[in-house]
This record gives sequence, structure tokens and C-alpha cells, in this order.
Amino acid sequence: MEKTLVVEMKNITKRFPGVLANENVNLQLHKGEVLALLGENGAGKSTLMNMLVGLYRPNEGEIYVKGKYVTITSPQDSMALGIGMIHQEFMLVGNLTVGENIILGLKDLPIVPDISEINKKIIELSEKYELQVDPTRLVETLTVGEQQRVEILKLLYRGADILILDEPTAVLTPKESKELNKILKKMLAEGKSAIFITHKMIEVLEFSETLMVLRKGKCVGIKPTATIKELSEIANLMVGRPVLFDLTKGPFKPGKVRVELKNVCVNSKTHSRKTLDDITFNIREGEIFGIAGVAGNGQQPLSEVITGLLKSNSGSILIDGVDYTNKTPLQIINSGVSHIPADRGRMGIVGDMNVGENLSMKKYRTIELSNHHMINKSKVREFASRLIEKFVIKTPNQFTSAKFLSGGNIQKTILAREINSCKGVLIAVYPSRGLDVGAIESVRENIIAQRDKGTAILLVSEELDELRTVCDTIAVMFEGRIMDIMDSKNASTEKIGLLMAGVERSSK
Amino acid sequence: MRFRIEKRNEKSKKMQILIPLYSLLISAILGGFVLILSNANPIDTYIAIFKGAFGSDTKIQYTLVKMIPLLMCGLAVGIAFRLRFWNIGAEGQYVMGVIGITWVMQFWTWLPGVLLLPVGLLMAIIFGGFWGGIPGALKAQWRVDETLTTLMMNYIAIGIAEFLYISAWKAPKNNMGTVTFPEIAWIDRFWGKVHYGIFIVLILVVVLYYILYKTRWGFELNMIGKNSEAARCQGVSIKRNIIIAMIVSGGIAGLAGGIDSAAVTHSLTKGVNSGYGFTGIIVAWMSGLNPFISIIVALFLAALHTGSDALQITMRLPSAMGEVLQGLILLPLLAGSIFIDHRIIFTRAKRDK
Amino acid sequence: MNTFELITKLLAATLAMGTGLTYATLGEVFAEKSGILNLGLEGTMLIGALSGFAMAFHTGSLVLGIIFAMFAGGFFSLMHAFLTITLRSNQVVTGLAITMFGTGLANFLGKRVGPVSNNLNLVGVNLSSKFENIQIPALHKIPIIGAFFDVSILTYLLYLLLPLSWFFMYKTKYGLTLRSVGEAPRTAAAMGINVNKTRYFYTVIGGFFAGVGGAALSLSFIPSWNDSMTGGIGWIAIALVIFSAWNPGRVAIGTLIFGGITSLQFFLQASGFKMVIPVQFLAIAPYFITILTLIFMTIRSLNRQGSFASPSALGTPFAIDEK
Repeated sequence: MEKTLVVEMKNITKRFPGVLANENVNLQLHKGEVLALLGENGAGKSTLMNMLVGLYRPNEGEIYVKGKYVTITSPQDSMALGIGMIHQEFMLVGNLTVGENIILGLKDLPIVPDISEINKKIIELSEKYELQVDPTRLVETLTVGEQQRVEILKLLYRGADILILDEPTAVLTPKESKELNKILKKMLAEGKSAIFITHKMIEVLEFSETLMVLRKGKCVGIKPTATIKELSEIANLMVGRPVLFDLTKGPFKPGKVRVELKNVCVNSKTHSRKTLDDITFNIREGEIFGIAGVAGNGQQPLSEVITGLLKSNSGSILIDGVDYTNKTPLQIINSGVSHIPADRGRMGIVGDMNVGENLSMKKYRTIELSNHHMINKSKVREFASRLIEKFVIKTPNQFTSAKFLSGGNIQKTILAREINSCKGVLIAVYPSRGLDVGAIESVRENIIAQRDKGTAILLVSEELDELRTVCDTIAVMFEGRIMDIMDSKNASTEKIGLLMAGVERSSK
Repeated sequence: MRFRIEKRNEKSKKMQILIPLYSLLISAILGGFVLILSNANPIDTYIAIFKGAFGSDTKIQYTLVKMIPLLMCGLAVGIAFRLRFWNIGAEGQYVMGVIGITWVMQFWTWLPGVLLLPVGLLMAIIFGGFWGGIPGALKAQWRVDETLTTLMMNYIAIGIAEFLYISAWKAPKNNMGTVTFPEIAWIDRFWGKVHYGIFIVLILVVVLYYILYKTRWGFELNMIGKNSEAARCQGVSIKRNIIIAMIVSGGIAGLAGGIDSAAVTHSLTKGVNSGYGFTGIIVAWMSGLNPFISIIVALFLAALHTGSDALQITMRLPSAMGEVLQGLILLPLLAGSIFIDHRIIFTRAKRDK
Repeated sequence: MNTFELITKLLAATLAMGTGLTYATLGEVFAEKSGILNLGLEGTMLIGALSGFAMAFHTGSLVLGIIFAMFAGGFFSLMHAFLTITLRSNQVVTGLAITMFGTGLANFLGKRVGPVSNNLNLVGVNLSSKFENIQIPALHKIPIIGAFFDVSILTYLLYLLLPLSWFFMYKTKYGLTLRSVGEAPRTAAAMGINVNKTRYFYTVIGGFFAGVGGAALSLSFIPSWNDSMTGGIGWIAIALVIFSAWNPGRVAIGTLIFGGITSLQFFLQASGFKMVIPVQFLAIAPYFITILTLIFMTIRSLNRQGSFASPSALGTPFAIDEK
């Protein structure tokens, strides 16, 4: 194999307000090879690639493409250099045909494009790379796998020879993944190169020649895939050594079962693979049940199916022994379930309403804050002051719009509201996401305090150290399934990391 | 030099007051141009409009009478807008209200006289509410775009009304129009032309203010309008609330029709689609959905209308000038509304992202 | 009068009345396809009607009238475009404001730009010429279809414009750009298309057509000018755009149906014919059909597949997009 460098990124650093997305990253891509970019969410993989396709500009560092120094300021620039990216969410227009999508926006098209010529060319390309696709079909009628092929064809048609694929198999069935692999191999044989963003170990092994691991914006390891003997070394690189917070936790004395999920399945509207596949587990009083896994493997749908925001297709959900499958969110709230949602801005608060109002959103229906149909404003004021003080929410006053608070304080507001109204079950989804150290500590302390009071808690988290120190039990999710459930005492980083990357336990 | 539009961190209070004032100024100037071009003196015209609206007791009465249904429609539309539900069907809901009360007035005469009016108004609310509920249900259940459905339903309602007052319910003596409502069921006047309906609408303002700002339901409507996803997480039923809000919205617009016909026109006849529903949209939008501010806006627009009606006589100018001015006020307001939420940044060179 | 002659007359009336409607609808199809809802159509048409008539009166030239009407309509839609695209104002309220303003302005000016002999009023003024029907020899005598060959030049123009518009939208690269902008603006932008510029362009085109459509009304038939003479045809046009599923090819059929229903109305009223279905229900029919069509299309598009950058929920191109 030739060893010419087609892409070199030197000492790339990218900053966003409050976040160092990439720090001094060096990347090399050789001709005819697939480089796997591995890492958890937030590791900086997408940011790094977005700079190659002109969506971001690096703050520091240089990019060389095919030996020349370049500045890439737009997707058009990168396309001119032969670099194309397929995003997780496809950039296709549903009501146009495959052929039309492929030629959309091309600069040197004749006024009346010869569709039959174009379609012929597309068919030629598709046969060359075994990307079976019918150029006359409307994109919205294609399966997701077929749509992805259209995206690939789009790039090939425009002469791309460096392809970047962002989590391409997230939407594919195993069979479709194998087909994708074949397609990639064909392209490599033609002298094309590819970068593959993923968090799945199997893919790394099957698809790539070289793998590069990013963690928290830094490159922590580059290895030829062939030399990997133990998967656990990669897992460790990916998730890192745990930074143990000093937390005092009461002894683990679980009580009766409060939440039960039995064979819960949720079908996907867009993919053939299920969103949730045969989920079964229990949460007991006084237990923090953690869900580990890279985001996008079903964790948020799981929390939504329990809180009534998502309909399940089969299986049952029991709360205190009572069937709550597919009940409304209000019924579930009334049964005592509190929810700290995944996306705090979009689901947790109403940004344009003030802090006091947001704090009262759980209890405004109760006598505590209202008389009959009227909300008692003075009770709300007093209630809000109490909560703001107790949870140390930093805000000019309770009448400030919630959207002006910092992320940490928005989270504290949500926490305050949910914990205050919690009647035994708490579902917390990525509660520490995007928070500073102090806020994270406060969130964890509150959750543990609830657990010590006997609340049954589901904690979805991407932070392994959080899962290992805070949770009593840990389940790992991958592609909508629960890979394994274990006591947190027995959960080593290695073990969890492997499960997160899809490596099944040899004995199960 | 290029410019970029950037979202502000919070709504600019300064702009919220300045923009309407600027718009008034700009519209006065632009309107002045139109007037000069057609050989009329702007200052005289504006004074004539003011006098036409408030110049005498009778004129003030006319203005107030026009304000009543206009304010009501503005309140009706405002409820829907609070949910970010674009109800532009208030005109049709108003007409259905008139149909409802006419039905009672014409065919329920077996009722004791004193009951005719209350039952009639109730029917107006029911008919209007039904007309509003349909597009609400379509949106809630199947996500059918409400802008288009409410718009279409206007013309269906107007068509039904026409059928009724031209043939089915036409009074035998008339060219068109139903029989006049029994006098005992009319809404009485208490000061010249001003009728008791004004109390109904002012009470409605207070009630709505109370509901929207003080009750649980109002709180929920607010939540839905500002972040429906978060509202759903808190257990608020989006579908149910859309339908209920639209029934209330349509009901109030229907009531407006009921009141105006019971107090002013006393029948269902040509001209029932008087434009209150459409202008009500403007009232709702201009008043920022605050019921009390709606009073001021409705009064202003009603005054503009009656004032310009008089132009024909006083200045020998077409009364259409009123609509021109109305449009000229709105357009700068619409143009300026962006500055409440955004600011313009002028940049010299292309900046890095 | 036998049945053939009756149907031919009905068809002729439909074509005559439908001309203005078709122009406006076609224009709005372009605007909405790009993603802009223009409820100012009714007001714009009225401005076109006034502009055409006034210009034709003062210059004696029908052609100048049409051209002036076209630019007047374009100007109004340019206002709408500026407010909704650059200043991102609410499309619904802006459209209604433009209709209000346009209607008021037209009615106002209609009484101020006429001949001095008539008190500056254009109402009641007669034109020396109008758009006469041009009959194609022999063809126009065929029963029923003959009506298609006995129409004014504006209508003949439509026979050209409709298929051309269809071709433009579905076979040219400009049409491709147009369709992508309204359906998936973020994708279009990612492919290097200037979404705002495209929307401006097609909104103004919509205005051109609306202006001509309005003038078609005032410069045919009698011709004459009257207060609010468009009589709500702008709203029927909006309904027709939906019924045609935003496809120029279907506008023709839609106009024949909608226009036919409207003409039937007048026919029945004029002839005093008492029908089982009251005349007003014919007036309502277009709107009712449109709502049903809308419901049907919406439900169908709810079952869509795919993982797209911007989910186009309705099949209607109303992406009020942040770009």
C-alpha cells in the first residue's frame, strides 16, 4: 500500500465559548486507508472533522491536503479539494429523486440537465462501487441504508476521494453494515481514502487500518488496527481512568422493587433496527440504577418510555406493581415519578418564563401552590425563595427569565423542582452534562441524598466515573439492547468500556 | 460593509415602546405622501379623522360601538396566538356566531321573551366554538396546518351565511336578510348608540386577564406557547389544550357576532362579514397578547375606521384612506418587530465563525 | 339552447373568469414552492387591477396597462419579501397587512386618479378598447373544445405559460433549486444555494403574476374599475395553490374545476334556474374541497421515511427558516 499522506492536520486546537473542543490534535490519513476516529460523545471527533469540511475554522494549527497547505472556509472549498462528509443526519431532499439530489447545487450544470445522461453516469458509478441505487426513485421512499448510499454517491459524483463518515452504522442493520464495508473496500482499491467516526469497537476492527482515539479533545492514542491484541486497551484509552470524586454514600440497602420493565420494545420509524430491544430490569427503593453507554444507543428513548413521553410497542412497565405501560405523562407524574430530562433547555425549562414559574411547574396543580383553579402567587413566591436558597441557585432573583441562567443553575432549577416533588422514583438523564465541577458535585450529592432517603433512581450517564462512584447497579446499553447488568463494585472501566463498544460478554 | 442579524439576550424593552411610536410616525409620513399625491392636505386630513372619531358625542358613540366586536375578536384571536396557533378564522367564527343567534331569534320564539337573548348569545358561542374547534382538532390529531384550514373555513362560513340570508332564512318581505330579531331580545343602548355589550366585552377583558395570568390553565397555555416540549414533559396535554383553546377562541369570536347582531344589525344579512375577524388578528398581534393593551389598540383601530368613514363628507376623500393608514401603520410595525428580539451588527470584513 | 351549447358557454365563461385566477395561482405556486406564504395576494391583485386600468385609461394602451400592472404587483410582493425574508416578520400577519394596505390603497387611488370629468373617479369610466377574444379559424367552431380557441390573448398566453412553468420547475436546474429551497432549506444551503435570494426572486415573480392576473380582470369583460372588484378571488387562488399540490401542471385542471364551479354559480343565478344544490354551496365547494385535500396530503406525509436534516412535516413548503 502506498504511504502517501492525503490529509495532515497539525496541532489543531479549536475553542468554543467555555469549551476546549480540540487540543493540539495531530491527524494523518494515508492514501487508500481507512482511519477510524474513536471516542465517546464530546471527545471532539465531529468538531475535528467539521474543520476538514469547512464548517468550522481552527483557532490554531494547520491543515494540509495532498501535500499542500490549505484554508477551508466552506463545504464548497472542501469539495473542491476532494473532501466530502456524510453526516449522521442526511442532507437530502425527500421529495426529489436520487438523481436530482446528487446534482443539486452543482455549479456547471446546463440549464436543462440531461437527466438520462446523468442517471446513466450515476448507474455506472453505482455499479462500479456496488452501491445499488435507482436514480429515478424519490429519496423519501428509500430505506435508510439506501439513502446513505445516495449520500456516498453524491460525494463520488462530485469527485471526492477523501470521504468522512460520521457514525455511519448508527442507522444500519448488521447486513447493511457489511455491505457498507464492501463498498468502502472497493473505494479504497480505487485509491480513495476514508475517515470513519465511530464508538463501536467491532467496526473499528472490521473497517479500519489505523485507529485514533480522542478523549476530551486530545488524542490519546494512535495504533494500526492489526496490532491490537486486547480490546480492553482500546476501551481504556477511550474512557480513561476514573477520577474518583470524594462522595459519602450510605450503605446499599435496597428495599422493595419500585420500577419494573419487562421485555419493553420500541420500534423505530426510520430504521429497521429497534430503538429499544427487549429491555428488562428492576429498580429498587434506595438504589441508584445506572445506564451506561454512548449516547444514541437508546438511553433517552428508555427514559422517555418510562416517563410516558414515548410509546412502547410491546412489553410492560410497572410502577409499584401497577401497570403504567403507555400511560400519559401526567398519570406517571401523579404516580410519583420525577424526571430530570436529557435536554435541559428544550425539555427541562421554559426559557421565556421566570425561575419561580419554572420551579412551580410540578406543583402548580396542587394545594401547596394553588387554590382551586387559581395559582396563589404569594405561595409560589415563598416556595421559589425556599428552593432557590436550599439548592443554592444563582439568579438575580426569582423573576429573572430562566434562559439567562448559566447551564449549571438551570440544571439546579430543574433538580430543585424534581427532587422537591419526588415521591419515590427519580429518572435522571445526563444530569451532569455540560456542567462545571462544582455543579456536578452538587448534582451528585443531591441524587445520593435522595437515594439514602429511599428513592428509586435511574441515572443515565456518559461519565464512567460518575456511574462507578454514584450508582449501585450499572446496566450498559448498546444498539437499543441491555448488554449486561452488574453491581457497580464489579464494574471495571475496562468491562464497561468493552460493553459500551458492543463487545458481548463471552459467557452470557 | 456587510451586516448580520443576531439574536438579543433578552427582549429589548426600549424597542417595545419605541417601535410602535416610530411606526406611527412613519405611517403618518407615508400616509401624508399618499394624501399629497392625491391633492389632499395631510394635516387637515388627520385632524378630520380624529374629529370624525371623537369630534362629537355621536361620533364617540359610533367609535365605541365599532370597538366592541373588534376588541372581542382581538381577544379571541389572542388566546389562540398565545399557544402559537395561528387562528386566522375569527371572521368565519364571528359569522357562525351570528348564524347561531339568528337561529334562536327566528325559530326558538316559543321561548319566553326574556330568555331569547341569553340563549341566543349562548348559541352564538356554541356555533363559533364549534367552528374554531374543527381546525383545532385537525391540528391536534393530524397536524394539519391551521393557517390554511382556518382561512378556508372563513369562506365556508360566509357562504353558509349567504345561503341563509338569501334563500333559506330570508324574510319574505325583504330583498335579502332574515327577519328582524324580536325587540325584546335586543341588547339595549344606554348612551346614544352605545349598548350594554360594552360591559360584556370589558368584563371579558378582566376575566381573560385573570384566566391567562392567574389560573392554572392560563399557566399551561403559556407553557405550551413558549416551549411545548417542556410543557409535555410536565404532563400538560398539548392536544387537549389546543382543542379547548380553539373552542374558546372561536366561541368568543362567535359571541362577538352574537352581540353585534343583537345590538346593532338585529338580523343576519349582507355585510355580516364585516372584517372584525380579520382586523382582530391585527389587534391581537399589535397588543402583544395582553388583554388590557388590546383595549387601547382596538379603540385606536375603531377610531381610525370611523374617522376615515367621515372623510367622505368632510374632506371629500374616499373612506378607503382609513385602510391605507391601517396598513401603513402595520407595515413599519412588522418591519420593526425584528428589533425587539434581534440587533443588527455591521461588520467590516468576513469574520471567523 | 342544447346541452352542447350550454357546456360550451359554461366553458367559455370559466376560461374568461379563470384567466385572472390562474395567473395569480401560478405566481403563488412559485412563491410558496420557495417557502414563502403570501397572503397579500388579494390586495396585490387589486393593485394590479387598478394599475392596469388606470394606465390603460391614461395612455390608451392595453399593453402598457398590463406591464404597469405587472410591476405594481411585483413591487407589492417585494415589500412582502423584504419584510418576511430580510426582517423575518411573521408571514401570516405581514400578508394580511399587505392585503389590507393594497385593498385600501387601490380603492383610495381608484377615486383619485380618474378623469377630471368624473371627479377624478375611475369608477364608471369606460375604456376605448379591451382584450377582445381572438378566434382561431375553424377550430373555434368545434363543439365544447372550441371554447378553448375563442379566448383573449391573455388566456392564450396561459396555454404557453402553464406547460412552460411545469417544465421550468421539473426539468431545469433552476426549478431544482426552487424545489429544494422550499422543501429542505438547510440542505439547499449546505449545497451552496443562496436560500434568501431564491425566495426573494420567486416571491416577486409571484407578484408579477398576481398583478397581471388583477389586470386581466379589469381589462377584460366590460372593462371597468370598481371598488374591491377582485371580490375575494385572491383567496380562491390560495386555495387553488393547495389543491394543485403546488404543481403548475395541476393548476390548469384546478382552475377548470374551481373556475367552473364559480361560473356555474353565475349561470344559475342569471338563469333563475332552481337547483337542488343551492348556489352558495357551489361558492363554498372550492374551499371545502381544499380543506379535504389538505387533510389528505398531511396524513399521507406523516408516514414518511428517512433521516433528513430538516423534517418537512407537511409537504407544504413553509419552512420559516433561520438563514
